[in-house]
Amino acid sequence: MAAMAIRNSASRGTMMSRQIWGLRSMSSWWKNVEPAPKDPILGVTEAFLADPSPDKVNVGVGAYRDDNGKPVVLECVREAERRIAGTSFMEYLPMGGSVKMVDETLKLAYGDNSEFIKDKKIAAVQSLSGTGACRLFADFQKRFRPDSQIYIPVPTWSNHHNIWRDAQVTQKTYHYYHPETKGLDFSGLMDDVKNAPEGSFFLLHACAHNPTGVDPTEEQWREISQLFKAKNHFAFFDMAYQGFASGDPARDAKSIRIFLEDGHHIGISQSYAKNMGLYGQRVGCLSVLCEDEKQAVTVKSQLQQLARPMYSNPPLHGAQIVSTILGDPALKGLWLKEVKVMADRIIGMRTALRESLEKLGSPLSWEHVTKQIGMFCYSGMTPEQVDRLTSEYHIYMTRNGRISMAGVTTGNVGYLANAIHEVTKSS
Amino acid sequence: MKTNDFSSSTSPSDRRIGALFRHLTAGTDADRVSSVFASPTSGGAGGSVFAHLVQAPEDAILGVTIAYNKDPSPIKLNLGVGAYRTEEGKPLVLNVVRKAEQQLINDRSRIKEYLPIVGLVEFNKLSAKLILGADSPAIRENRVTTVECLSGTGSLRVGGEFLARHYHQKTIYIPQPTWGNHPKIFTLAGLSVKTYRYYDPSTRGLNFQGLLEDLGAAPQGSIVLLHACAHNPTGVDPTLEQWEQIRKLMRSKGLMPFFDSAYQGFASGSLDTDAKPIRMFVADGGELLVAQSYAKNMGLYGERVGALSIVCKAADVAGRVESQLKLVIRPMYSNPPIHGASIVAVILRDRNLFNEWTLELKAMADRIISMRKQLFEALRARGTPGDWTHIIKQIGMFTFTGLNPAQVSYMTKEYHIYMTSDGRISMAGLSSKTVPHLADAIHAVVTKAL
Repeated sequence: MAAMAIRNSASRGTMMSRQIWGLRSMSSWWKNVEPAPKDPILGVTEAFLADPSPDKVNVGVGAYRDDNGKPVVLECVREAERRIAGTSFMEYLPMGGSVKMVDETLKLAYGDNSEFIKDKKIAAVQSLSGTGACRLFADFQKRFRPDSQIYIPVPTWSNHHNIWRDAQVTQKTYHYYHPETKGLDFSGLMDDVKNAPEGSFFLLHACAHNPTGVDPTEEQWREISQLFKAKNHFAFFDMAYQGFASGDPARDAKSIRIFLEDGHHIGISQSYAKNMGLYGQRVGCLSVLCEDEKQAVTVKSQLQQLARPMYSNPPLHGAQIVSTILGDPALKGLWLKEVKVMADRIIGMRTALRESLEKLGSPLSWEHVTKQIGMFCYSGMTPEQVDRLTSEYHIYMTRNGRISMAGVTTGNVGYLANAIHEVTKSS
Repeated sequence: MKTNDFSSSTSPSDRRIGALFRHLTAGTDADRVSSVFASPTSGGAGGSVFAHLVQAPEDAILGVTIAYNKDPSPIKLNLGVGAYRTEEGKPLVLNVVRKAEQQLINDRSRIKEYLPIVGLVEFNKLSAKLILGADSPAIRENRVTTVECLSGTGSLRVGGEFLARHYHQKTIYIPQPTWGNHPKIFTLAGLSVKTYRYYDPSTRGLNFQGLLEDLGAAPQGSIVLLHACAHNPTGVDPTLEQWEQIRKLMRSKGLMPFFDSAYQGFASGSLDTDAKPIRMFVADGGELLVAQSYAKNMGLYGERVGALSIVCKAADVAGRVESQLKLVIRPMYSNPPIHGASIVAVILRDRNLFNEWTLELKAMADRIISMRKQLFEALRARGTPGDWTHIIKQIGMFTFTGLNPAQVSYMTKEYHIYMTSDGRISMAGLSSKTVPHLADAIHAVVTKAL
């Protein structure tokens, strides 16, 4: 015992106390803890930052960049912050977050004049961005529909799987992406929806599907909605890119509006990370449409019961920024303009990338680059090709071949196209 | 099947129905299909999948403020939630916080990108130093992993989830009583919750014997939640001698300490004094977890700023532990909020701002100590029966008055004084002007036969 103490003590001083008090264990309680794998998305930026090459390009994580490759803080956000600074008492928000922020946020998803908002049928709480909204819903689903599963599209944002797994909700998948056409596998999707047990829970990307950029057409959304009705399924929409997809928030919410028209009682996760550039502030909203006001009050109270033992109440600053902007018509107008600028720049880069690849004489079709929508392009490249892009050209993206178009600029689109051409021309 | 499948129709809705028909009839028989169309109300427009829910009760603590706000009486007093108030009964934003805010606003190079999963790295380092001491051997030896979390609640939850996944013992012992949210946090984290004796109602002090017995009887390796200082709700803290005995006992049984530090600097007025129990445990070379909150001591309540630190035996262990903490955090909220942590970092890294902060912190702590003295004196002056010395012996934001729920209810109804039903009052909600009102109410309720 004494010999072990001498070998293992971190300092002379503790050696004596260990001998005297007879610490049973000389080694760490955590020695069996395995090193966890790096997050496939966030790990990309870490690797990018560590790369000293002057040519390096980061088209990994979905954070917007301007045409100089610089992160952007929207002018409407700067103005909102100027107004807030020095005035906030930083008191706790209620468990459900800022009522003002939530009210404005619901208008974006459900419509300014939504009858559901007027009739107070929506249970809604401020959440920790989209992740937090999805997690709160998953925990809620587990607690109140413990026998349910969640159907998740293939592919999807990788963290979706982590979220529902940690909430201990069984996961199933449904067909979504069609690799041959680099578009939607609509009949596969409809088959899976049809074959799922009645009353199943489905995760749908409202617009700008992550990672593929492939969205159903309006027609297809209507058919999906009808089938959901027939099967009594629950639709949970993850809307992380409203405004960012087409440049028009109302248009980007079309899928949700169709489901609402058809009478579904849906759930929605909304995030301001991208469309207001508030990434690090962690601002979002979870809403669940209920049958009546009483039920909405009930559901909200239960959502709060899940939030309280996780973080008590959500952070204030980001919510204040959102309320300030959306509550002021002039600032809201400025925001809508700035969102359109971001969306348009991305659409422009899609065109530029496709044209560059075609000009280089690529044997492959790059039509999908302009057909897909939102921040991401599912290039169709293999993990091995992606690895070559990284090791030979210092271009960083996730190994599923997803390119964040927000990271593409007029300055690097030529370099990127050339590199992609080089690694794919023989395939 | 000789049914019209609408495919030759030109109307969009007919084509939709046709498409739906084709999907449903592939591999099914006509009868099933016709039953779908025969009942148009089947499907999502029917009842909610959550129709069976019952409304959750109001949070016991936060519900007090809600009730207070509803009360129309002009002389009401809110002694419920633990948020600091000035002599004028107003919330307080520290000068250093306003200065930090300005610095952040004026820095146009600041961006709002995602923080890493572990949060603001500079904030993490400064927080570890604050709680463990700048000269801590654990920090020097790189044996500490610190992650930014959502205030104390978030730090406890992340720590609890980590323990539930990686620690060999899944039971946590929490003091009786404790903050109402503790058992919920740890239960949802996946731990089973047991209690150890802590408060002695007859002395309104520490039940030290009971504490030692219960911890002594706990299975080897169990986790033990310890309030670092200013125990919530009782305000009763062990002395340093008692802490030393607790430490020895815990280390001899391999019990894992999980400190909740929500009031560092707020209890005694000194940051180092209030961190002493934690540093005693670190000094023996053993492992521990500590959840830090900046809600009260920096007045950053709503910004949700905190940190979880895990002190490990070795540096490589700390690295692996950090990687596993990230797996807990990513599916919960991806990465923590940037604003509050940035404010804290500005203050802690600047010598002048740090010093100014310690003065503001001491002023808050001193005002609370003064309220304790005033209330004690007021009860003595009224000849209120009973021993009220616990008011000045207890420490931190709260006083456990010893009043029972019936008495609390009476005080609310007759005197419009709001507190949690366990008789806990927030001294921070008192002022020289309102002490007499509270003393009158206590006197009345104690002399009345209730």
